[in-house]
Amino acid sequence: MTQLSPLVLDDVGVVLDGRPIVRDVSFDVAPGQVVAILGANGSGKSTLIKALVGLNPVSHGTVSLFGTPQPRFRHWERVGYVPQRSNLGTGVPATVREVVASGRIARRRPFWPMSRHEHDLVEAAVDLVGLGGRAGHPVATLSGGQQQRVLVARTLAGEPDLLLLDEPNAGVDHASQVAIAETLGGRADAGASVVVVLHELGPFAPLIDRVVALREGRITYDGPPGQLAEGAAHAHHHDDLEEGGWLPPMQAPLEGGR
Amino acid sequence: MWDLLLAPFMIRAVIAATVTGLAAPGIGTYLVQRRLSLLGDGIGHITVTGVALGLLTGTSPTYTAVVVAVIGALVIELIRASGKATGDLALALLFYGGIAGGLVLVQLAGNGAFALQAYLFGSITTISSDDVVVSLVLAGIVIVAGLALMPQLFAVSHDEDFARASGVPVWFYNGLISVLAAVTVSVAMRTVGLLLVSALMIIPVATSQQFARSFRSTMLVAMVGGLVASLGGVVISAFLNLPPGATIVLVSLAGFVATSPIGMVLERRRRARVPYDPDALPLHETSEERHRHVHGPGCGHLAIEHGDHVDYVHDGHRHAVHVTGEGQHYDEH
Repeated sequence: MTQLSPLVLDDVGVVLDGRPIVRDVSFDVAPGQVVAILGANGSGKSTLIKALVGLNPVSHGTVSLFGTPQPRFRHWERVGYVPQRSNLGTGVPATVREVVASGRIARRRPFWPMSRHEHDLVEAAVDLVGLGGRAGHPVATLSGGQQQRVLVARTLAGEPDLLLLDEPNAGVDHASQVAIAETLGGRADAGASVVVVLHELGPFAPLIDRVVALREGRITYDGPPGQLAEGAAHAHHHDDLEEGGWLPPMQAPLEGGR
Repeated sequence: MWDLLLAPFMIRAVIAATVTGLAAPGIGTYLVQRRLSLLGDGIGHITVTGVALGLLTGTSPTYTAVVVAVIGALVIELIRASGKATGDLALALLFYGGIAGGLVLVQLAGNGAFALQAYLFGSITTISSDDVVVSLVLAGIVIVAGLALMPQLFAVSHDEDFARASGVPVWFYNGLISVLAAVTVSVAMRTVGLLLVSALMIIPVATSQQFARSFRSTMLVAMVGGLVASLGGVVISAFLNLPPGATIVLVSLAGFVATSPIGMVLERRRRARVPYDPDALPLHETSEERHRHVHGPGCGHLAIEHGDHVDYVHDGHRHAVHVTGEGQHYDEH
């Protein structure tokens, strides 16, 4: 097996609607490493992870996946993206099994049915996130945390070597957070690399090898989680509105005018 | 009675109704999943021009309809994919241009608007043998593609971003759904007519998703429902001397209305089973972002009603104004 670095960022910048959101970000991820990207809301962490999988344009610098620059990268089946939980319950009904099976889409050929082995992989992924008894249930009948677990299972079903997760803890109950963290730990032990965007470490703390902290789109810390000052890691502190905080004037949201 | 059912025109009508009834809800399931329920209607409007071109040039309107419908569907998809705010208006211009253009072209062909009637409202009992063969082939392509490419089309319709991040050529499959919808519109044009075609694509799906648990069963039940409505509508209209296209749509609607009480009971049970997680959403999470302006009507951020207040979508998450004793800030919702 090659030991090419699964993910290398060199001086990466992301500009959205003319506004630079991510600036001068460089780091590389070793095989089997679990990296947490921490930062406050608006620090650019979700923008960055979307850029890594091509959902946002990389405006500056280069992203390399398994040694290949991202624009020329073709082996997307090796990269597993877990988006922030969207509302899975709307539209046409779909079962947990169907959604998880769609995670194999990168490895499937059109007009070919799934093999016995692939069906087993889907069931195993559903079991792994603790939803074994619910494979045939419509996703709309699951709680928010369970839906997030479905999204993790969907990505795992594709057997990726690099997992990129966008805030898997957001709006997720504690039991589901623990289930997701344990599942990712298992994948990392099996040699997969994990990059996870987090608001705070929470139940993920034991498996994080390294923390990259972002503030206003730039890296402010890159190192082991233990040395990160608690204040810098904790993204959820309240602005002191009395001192220097920007005070929006009072206005009822439904009032006309401005 | 059997004389009527076994008359050659009736056999042709039944064949056309069968393939349309199966194909329309099949592709309609993907449209509902992509929240493009009215796409069929839009394509139908544009296809009026296609029919008129056929009448004007003396070629079979079925062929010109397919060509114009496919071009129109691809243009709609391009406008949608570009995601511009003006896209909505562009679509409206396209749809009404299609109808108006068609009416003018028909007049130029010297047929008068009456000639369009058969295509606007369907005329399944006057369908020719050639048209039956074309319908069979085209509908067959739609049904086979819709079923055999279900993994790809489902992935793209269910979560476009995830499919794109998986390296799936999303543009191709989105275009394919549009082309299949256009072909379906052209086929259903003879059965239910261009103005009612969307009904046969959508109503059976609305009916079946009340009961179905999975995407696959939603689609299969919708196809069976579309088949029953089409055949039932053709037979009823033949005996009662009603317009077949409208009768098919009414039978389909009747199926929805008759089943909706059952659907409501199932929906209530389903909701009752959704587990409650007490710590699912943080009760109070303050936004750290500096706001250069006040969220309010016309601020440019999407406003969403959220219970008793309005959230503004800001950089992918929702902000709500929170007024406290010390002043006001924004919460993450």
